[in-house]
Amino acid sequence: MTEPVLSVRNLQVEFASRRGTLRAINDVSFDIAKGEVLGVVGESGAGKSVTGLSVIGLIDPPGRIAGGEVRLAGLRIDNLPPEEMRRVRGKRIGMIFQDPLTSLNPLYKVGDQIVETIRTHLNLSEAAARRRAIDLLAEVGIPAPEKRIDGYPHEFSGGMRQRVVIALAICAEPELIIADEPTTALDVSVQAQIISLIKRLGRDHGTAVMLVTHDMGVIAETSDRVAVMYAGRVAEIGPVQDVVKNPLHPYAKGLMGAIPTLAGDDKRLVQIPGSMPRLSAIPRGCSFNPRCAFAFDRCRVERPEPLPRGAQSVACHLYDTVPAESAA
Amino acid sequence: MLAFTLRRAIQAIGVMIAVGIIAFSMFRFAGDPVNQMVGMDTSGAERAAIRKSLGLDDPVIVQFGRYVGNAAQFKFGVSYQFRLPVTNLLMERMPATLELAICATIFAMISGIMMGVYSALRRDSWLAHVFQAVSLIGISLPTFLIGILMIYLFSVTLGWLPSFGRGDVVHIGWWTTGLLTLSGLKALIMPSITLGLFQMTLIMRLVRAEMLEVMRTDYIRFARARGLTTRAIHFGHALRNTLVPVITVAGLQFGSVIAFAIITETVFQWPGMGLLFVQAVQNVDIPIMAAYLMMVSLIFVTINLVVDILYTIVDPRLRSTVSRAH
Repeated sequence: MTEPVLSVRNLQVEFASRRGTLRAINDVSFDIAKGEVLGVVGESGAGKSVTGLSVIGLIDPPGRIAGGEVRLAGLRIDNLPPEEMRRVRGKRIGMIFQDPLTSLNPLYKVGDQIVETIRTHLNLSEAAARRRAIDLLAEVGIPAPEKRIDGYPHEFSGGMRQRVVIALAICAEPELIIADEPTTALDVSVQAQIISLIKRLGRDHGTAVMLVTHDMGVIAETSDRVAVMYAGRVAEIGPVQDVVKNPLHPYAKGLMGAIPTLAGDDKRLVQIPGSMPRLSAIPRGCSFNPRCAFAFDRCRVERPEPLPRGAQSVACHLYDTVPAESAA
Repeated sequence: MLAFTLRRAIQAIGVMIAVGIIAFSMFRFAGDPVNQMVGMDTSGAERAAIRKSLGLDDPVIVQFGRYVGNAAQFKFGVSYQFRLPVTNLLMERMPATLELAICATIFAMISGIMMGVYSALRRDSWLAHVFQAVSLIGISLPTFLIGILMIYLFSVTLGWLPSFGRGDVVHIGWWTTGLLTLSGLKALIMPSITLGLFQMTLIMRLVRAEMLEVMRTDYIRFARARGLTTRAIHFGHALRNTLVPVITVAGLQFGSVIAFAIITETVFQWPGMGLLFVQAVQNVDIPIMAAYLMMVSLIFVTINLVVDILYTIVDPRLRSTVSRAH
């Protein structure tokens, strides 16, 4: 097996607050291979975005990486000095944020912002960078790029701005793109276009993609593998087909049950009772145990560690020594 | 863009006519100027003659028409105390006031922006706390007190700087400048700082607040995610976004700088329009007071117009909304 583009091992992220240290990410591990799209899904506050931000080194104080390691193509990047990490950002890891309306500086032409980013990372002349910017805009599907390059962000629609943001994220041919809820702020018809664009770019350039979203539909459509996060931990990770069709973790089961189908059956959607615990009040043992229909004594005491289960990996005591059927 | 400028210009003229009415009505409500000009023993006939020669016996509307007509040509009548055309008196003193106001504004802008940026980026450093303390002093101490304290320290105690006047001036056409002589420059230092200190603290606090605000925005986070250098993020992206409100405030404050110059000019005996105005108030010299009011209003209105146009240059979003709106 070749080395994964991104390898996260036992990542821990803490936020110092007045009421003590809150652990937002607790022992998260996953890999993303070249050209692979990993979907990261979970409720708000599960730690999806913080995971993405800690990979690119943009966690704002008082947050900090408290443990574990992040490797980019073998190189450890979680402890790089700020200046070296800056060179990694934009050059080797591109990032796409949620809201395209606010991601671009309103006072600069989109072309200037692209040229600025290109010239920060690649040794190109102004003219060459501009040609490259036009090519990039064409590649992300902006019509008449040689004209639009001199437009200001406010002259673009939301979907077009997200395309510009994507062009900015890929302008130095990064090995990894982190897309943090890239379609949440867009309307549905545009969402599909942006998703297929990200997918196509990943395929064409062999870029690994970490796609953070709470939308299972987007994950099912785009990802090769999916990681289900809950309260700062990975509950289940595996190939997207397996996790969607045969979720193992009770929380993943609940999530998949909450997706409406088009089959026409009028069964009520499954609802997970309760809500995710606050970071300051994560229960002992398995953090999901108060909401879990299958919880037993061990779940309230001992934290489950990820267990391989075919191509999937699940952090649940139900799969430790007990046969899988009993969970169903 | 042209239509926008034109519309603003018409509004400006409207404001000036309103100011003209106020300036003119001062003549009618601030006592009888003839009494101020003549002695106790002047006869009624002599008083009537003076009244007639000054046009004070015409109907109000005629007097107002004449006043506006003259004002439009920068003729503001004859000073009661100096018996000289007010326009000449003002023009003679305007260079002193404008030089002082411009130096004070430049001082306020440069030091205010630098201190503001620094205290936003290094929020917890001791120097940032010093700046905050200085800004509190600048905002709360009255101008005249700062001026007097500075005179006491630098002129009386240390003897480094002159305590009054403009120093030697050089005539360039009708303009007189103190910028070309050493004594002129030395004389400018204390009045400029005194006059600009309040603006400086205002700009510093504004820049600091705006900068902190901008640093939290998504596009700054995205700029960091793009791997831009800290320098490019702070000065290319963040600072430029703070400049719109700074230009507004600095621009509008330039008007108050000229108006506030009255106090600074009095403290430093600076031979500018403000000092002339204070003397005019003491002597109920209404033509000078009215003309000064008109001049200051004209400066305010012009600055407002310029600031509006500057906005559209700094912020492209306004450019298109402005052209779409017409």
